[in-house]
Amino acid sequence: MTPDATSLARGLRRRLTGYGMLGVLLLLCALFSVLTLQDQHPTGGRAARDLAGLVGDDADRGAPVLLLGRDSDEDREFLDELEGRLRQAGFEQVRTVAGGPPEFRAACEALPAGAGPYLLTLQANLPSVTAIQGSLESLADATILAPRSYRWPTFLLADNLRNVANQIAVIAIVAVGMTLVIITAGIDLSVGSLIALSAVVCAWLVQAMGGQAAGAAALLAAALGAMLVSGLAGLFSGAMVVRFRLPPFIATLAMMQVASGVAYIVAKGRPIYDAPVAFTTLGRGADPLVGLPWAVWLMVVLYGVAHLLMSRTALGRYVYAVGGNAEAARLAGVRTGAVLLFVYALSGVLAGLGGVVMASQLKSGAPTYGLM
Amino acid sequence: MGASSEPLLRLTGVRKTFPGVVAVAGADLVVHAGEVLALVGENGAGKSTLIKVIAGAHRPEAGTVEVAGRDITALAPAQAARAGVAVIYQELSQVPGLTVRDNLFLGREPSLLRFLDRGDEDRRAREVLARLGCDVEPDTPVARLDLARRQLVEIARALLADARVLILDEPTAALTPREAERLFAVMEELRDAGLALVFISHRLDEVARVAGRIAVMRDGQMLGAWEAADVDRRRLIELMVGRSLEQEFPARDATLGEPLLEVAGLTGGALAPASFTVRAGEVLGLAGLVGAGRTELMRLVFGADRPTAGTVTIAGRRVPPGSPRAAIRAGLALLTEDRKGQGLVLARSARENFALGNLDRWSRGGWLDLGEEARRFAGHVARLGIKLASDEQLAGQLSGGNQQKLLIARWLERDARVVVVDEPTRGIDVGAKHDIYELINDLAAAGKAVVVISSELPEVLGICDRILVMHEGRIRGEITEPAAASQADVMALAVAEASHDS
Repeated sequence: MTPDATSLARGLRRRLTGYGMLGVLLLLCALFSVLTLQDQHPTGGRAARDLAGLVGDDADRGAPVLLLGRDSDEDREFLDELEGRLRQAGFEQVRTVAGGPPEFRAACEALPAGAGPYLLTLQANLPSVTAIQGSLESLADATILAPRSYRWPTFLLADNLRNVANQIAVIAIVAVGMTLVIITAGIDLSVGSLIALSAVVCAWLVQAMGGQAAGAAALLAAALGAMLVSGLAGLFSGAMVVRFRLPPFIATLAMMQVASGVAYIVAKGRPIYDAPVAFTTLGRGADPLVGLPWAVWLMVVLYGVAHLLMSRTALGRYVYAVGGNAEAARLAGVRTGAVLLFVYALSGVLAGLGGVVMASQLKSGAPTYGLM
Repeated sequence: MGASSEPLLRLTGVRKTFPGVVAVAGADLVVHAGEVLALVGENGAGKSTLIKVIAGAHRPEAGTVEVAGRDITALAPAQAARAGVAVIYQELSQVPGLTVRDNLFLGREPSLLRFLDRGDEDRRAREVLARLGCDVEPDTPVARLDLARRQLVEIARALLADARVLILDEPTAALTPREAERLFAVMEELRDAGLALVFISHRLDEVARVAGRIAVMRDGQMLGAWEAADVDRRRLIELMVGRSLEQEFPARDATLGEPLLEVAGLTGGALAPASFTVRAGEVLGLAGLVGAGRTELMRLVFGADRPTAGTVTIAGRRVPPGSPRAAIRAGLALLTEDRKGQGLVLARSARENFALGNLDRWSRGGWLDLGEEARRFAGHVARLGIKLASDEQLAGQLSGGNQQKLLIARWLERDARVVVVDEPTRGIDVGAKHDIYELINDLAAAGKAVVVISSELPEVLGICDRILVMHEGRIRGEITEPAAASQADVMALAVAEASHDS
């Protein structure tokens, strides 16, 4: 091999060893995709577009057309879109029916006999529509159409991926703080309890500031208050580690018990539900452009910030140095105690943020959150 | 010592390459029973690779290794050990949590499930330890032993395995002179008992003290083996570095300025109050035996440990006690003796290690200017001749000399006014030593005050303008004219009259 090729191969290998975990994740994704490969039935606008294409150009424009769907937002989107498209294509007698089999039957019975009608519906309604056709003679020559199904992994459906991303957001946010702690050669066992404490404190503050009637400012204040509380808890763990040289394992194990206990006391052992609908914006809402949940955006932004912190700032360097060799860092003039306090406090704050997101997702705060 | 005719260890044309490097290029070597052969050479000369080939850890591309006439070239380490080869590496291979007895017999238990015969093991352990003059009980955990005793335990383990060829890789690097002397006595006894010993060391005076013959390696070549009586120190160094050395130590021409470092009544731990002054442009030596308190004293000065009384003044300004950060801000730099343990973050890159402690110089509001950092680092790398594969090479992968230069670069960037170097050349080969001496000279010439702690007396006498000698926690005396002094003068102060055992 030429020197160039050798160094290229070496660089590639180094990259691969550094990112081997990504490869494992991709393999897992592939595995889940294969395992969940099944027939997908289109719905909503997509189904409407497909069906409009299925009704051929040679169809009788004068024949009556019934669009059958359930009484749901998704089906209404399907019905409206399809109706618009068919009218554009020149069909004159288009009727939409949003409801269940009884409404379908009533609409079908109202059709004039021998008109050669078209019945358009979704895959989900096909059985009831064919049953109606079998029992009505007037529908003998009716054409029943439904959107074609296609094979695609359920795992890779946008809805599923969005859902997965939203589910991991809490853990991923907490992991940012935990990563810094681990880089300093420590561990933070208390994050699970801090999630619960923060969720409870957040819900309790919302309740105290008006419950259902709480405004946006009150919600924000409650979230910040919850993060402050768990940040202080993290700071306390850090102080134990720095000042009294407690092993991080012990200090944060104690904090795990303390925070869990406080969460039970604040919540009086029961979940706190008293929150306005706006409280769920962070946990369930999504941005209008890409449709990513806000919690996922929050996670993405935090990863960007954490990356910059660790690669471009003096503080990030110090975190690595303290973890690699605390004594060498101290003798180089680094305030190692302050660095440790920072990472434990940050871990607490981020666990608190995770708790707020979880409370928002579940529209309540309970001391049992964060148990993994 | 009459060497028997049949050599115990014979290497013929041993060649070992690694991708891109010829580590050992056709080495021939013969070691007889009943002799101590010293193997010397700069770091990277191929000594370690050669040992590993003998021990079976590396398989050579060409050549043979014979022990007592038997070819062991292709054997695995365990088989080579059974053939009678034992290597005592610098990093001892022991389980610290286990007892001396368990370490001695580790891996040699008769079978996995049979009960151990403790009585018999104890008896054999005591026997072999007594032979080495090592006063430890077999059921002491190895972690409680000092390094010298741990080494003896390792040798005892080799003897229990009936080793006939004993290879010691820099065994004295971390020993006090007294402990080293005891080790030499053990080596001589084993030699007289008919073992063949191969001894690797950077300390040429030790080599002359204990070796019958000296083999020299350079750049993978075995230059040959000489009777110790036939080569002097200078000739050895010339052979090792491959050029004639005008002078082992660069010439000193000191112009002294203002007092930069003033220490008054500083005390803490087991140290007696110490007072001394170092001037700009001066190189002050701090000599004494290991454990005399030299490192402890300078750690107090630097604030690495908190003093109980006394003051440190740098350029007329008092330094708050007990804070390395404050000392660094005041212009003090400390290059620790333990580079790996206290100087470097081994798992981070060379560039980051250089930058540690200097980040405020190219950051605003905590935000780093990485381009500026790389530029400054490149400047120091070029100036000091630091050998790096890339800026991102991990500090732990550098040789001792390059690690030391990396730390010097850190403090040069800091522009410290008082530089304290603790054992600057420990574990560093002869060629790099000269570079370090010149750097120390340059620092003094640039008007800095330099304090050198060193256990190597020729070094202290060669590079310092003035020497303080410590003994048992106090400054025992001062040598103002090192050029006119001898090693004996320093030792007389360092060991003092009432020599009680440590």
